[in-house]
Amino acid sequence: MTDSVLPVAHDGTDAEARPVFAQERRILGVPASTWPGTLAPVAVGILGLAAWEILVRVYAVPSYILPGPLLIAQTLVQDWGTLSGALWITLRITFAALIAAVTIGVALAILFTQSKWLEKSLFPYAVVLQVTPVVSIAPLIIIWVGDLTLSLLICAWLVAFFPILSNTILGLNSADHNLVNLFQLYGANRWQTMRYLKLPAALPYFLGGLKISGGLALIGAVVAEFVAGSGGNASGLAYRILEASYQLKIPRMFAALVLISGSGIAIFLATSAIAHLLLRRWHESAVKREN
Amino acid sequence: MSAPLVLDGTPATRPLVRIAGVSKQFGNGTLAVRDVNLDLAQGEFVSLLGPSGCGKSTLLRMVAGLGAPSAGSIDWPTTTYDSAGRLERDLGFVFQDPTLMPWATAIANVMMPLVLKSMRKPEAEARAAEMLALVGLKGFEKAYPRELSGGMKMRVSIARALVTRPRILLMDEPFAALDEITRHRLNDDLLALWWQNRFTAVFVTHSVFESVSLSQRIVVMAARPGRVMADLEVDAPYPRDDLFRTSAEYAHLCRVASETLKKAIAL
Repeated sequence: MTDSVLPVAHDGTDAEARPVFAQERRILGVPASTWPGTLAPVAVGILGLAAWEILVRVYAVPSYILPGPLLIAQTLVQDWGTLSGALWITLRITFAALIAAVTIGVALAILFTQSKWLEKSLFPYAVVLQVTPVVSIAPLIIIWVGDLTLSLLICAWLVAFFPILSNTILGLNSADHNLVNLFQLYGANRWQTMRYLKLPAALPYFLGGLKISGGLALIGAVVAEFVAGSGGNASGLAYRILEASYQLKIPRMFAALVLISGSGIAIFLATSAIAHLLLRRWHESAVKREN
Repeated sequence: MSAPLVLDGTPATRPLVRIAGVSKQFGNGTLAVRDVNLDLAQGEFVSLLGPSGCGKSTLLRMVAGLGAPSAGSIDWPTTTYDSAGRLERDLGFVFQDPTLMPWATAIANVMMPLVLKSMRKPEAEARAAEMLALVGLKGFEKAYPRELSGGMKMRVSIARALVTRPRILLMDEPFAALDEITRHRLNDDLLALWWQNRFTAVFVTHSVFESVSLSQRIVVMAARPGRVMADLEVDAPYPRDDLFRTSAEYAHLCRVASETLKKAIAL
């Protein structure tokens, strides 16, 4: 059940009040009208996988060139012990990097909007960090930092933090100017203006940045692992892919790939869900059109 | 039936706001306001009437303290300074757009001025609810701005401006974007609120009819540069309802204001 705001008859009030949250039939907690949109891509996926499996079998493609989806699934189950450990390591780095990106990105954005000079003098360096390919500086970072997990974390963070920083700065600066005037009229101090006006105004922008950064943190972690290329107990999915390719265990490579893509999709869905929950009552991006 | 007269001289008591020789030149060289002298008396309903570009909004913003005059002064003879050395203007401001925070409910929007003045939440909430009821929005406390119609959003905006019980309410063409019927309703309700609470009301408009039906005094302004052309008294009793708006007296007042405005534009 959604909260419903129903029009109440009044004297002197416009009669144009409209009921906003009409109740809709739900199947498994999801509104009935969204089911076709969910099922269509699933159907396309199943058809694609079936076609893949059939082609591989008909043309008898060897599994070290292209394994079929069923073999990949089988390998995923068989090698779950090794792969899940690697997945966990990659995800840990991804999430740590994302949390660091959010904290540092938002903190820097707030700092930058406090002083134009600070932004002017520091922002170009944030851009430099962003445009330098992580592959090219990862070896340096690994040499300098020493600790492998920390180096990977730094690499993933470098890739992930910029969208959060630049989006949050944009959001903090995009509060309605007349609302800023109004806060000034009521003598609001910096902290009040930040808390009650600028941060809420920046929320949709920040969440847009978070969606991008979630995927980038994963990519950053995987790329850095490739560059590091070391084995041992700190080896994530990227290392498992490298290892499988040396040993020509192509089905296992695909299984690791499935896990990476799956994680990316899960992160995207999770950040989208967070954005939807936070914005659904008020932001145009999250509310349904009513015509 | 009495004809409106052109006022000269100042009211006997001290005015709430004294605008003396005020000019405003913007950075790009535009002279938006030139040498305006105007006293706003306690409790009166004044309209600033003029074509677009006559500096009426700029003048209103300067009265509010948003932007300082380039020359002249705006004094508040009866007003004190707060501990931080700021003038306690004690005003409410209604913009042309409702200017509500889209992420906050109606009641949270109305509460905001009180929250910024560090009032405790239960008290602020009670006063905001009371104010929402006064503007006819009882039952809409938890509605978000996007769930409200244009007229209702404007009502929330007025409630927010009045929740601090200000001595003066400044309105910058607040109903210009609304349809005719909604505008009439809001005009009536605004007058009722003013009649009961007797704050000073300054209403910027480019509508002759709106200024005549609302105010006790119409300050007609001319454009380029913005300056005061005439100060008309609207000598008609309140409440002014539909009956007044169809009377011969109203038509006569409108004609006088209209002719003055025409002269102002022709200059």
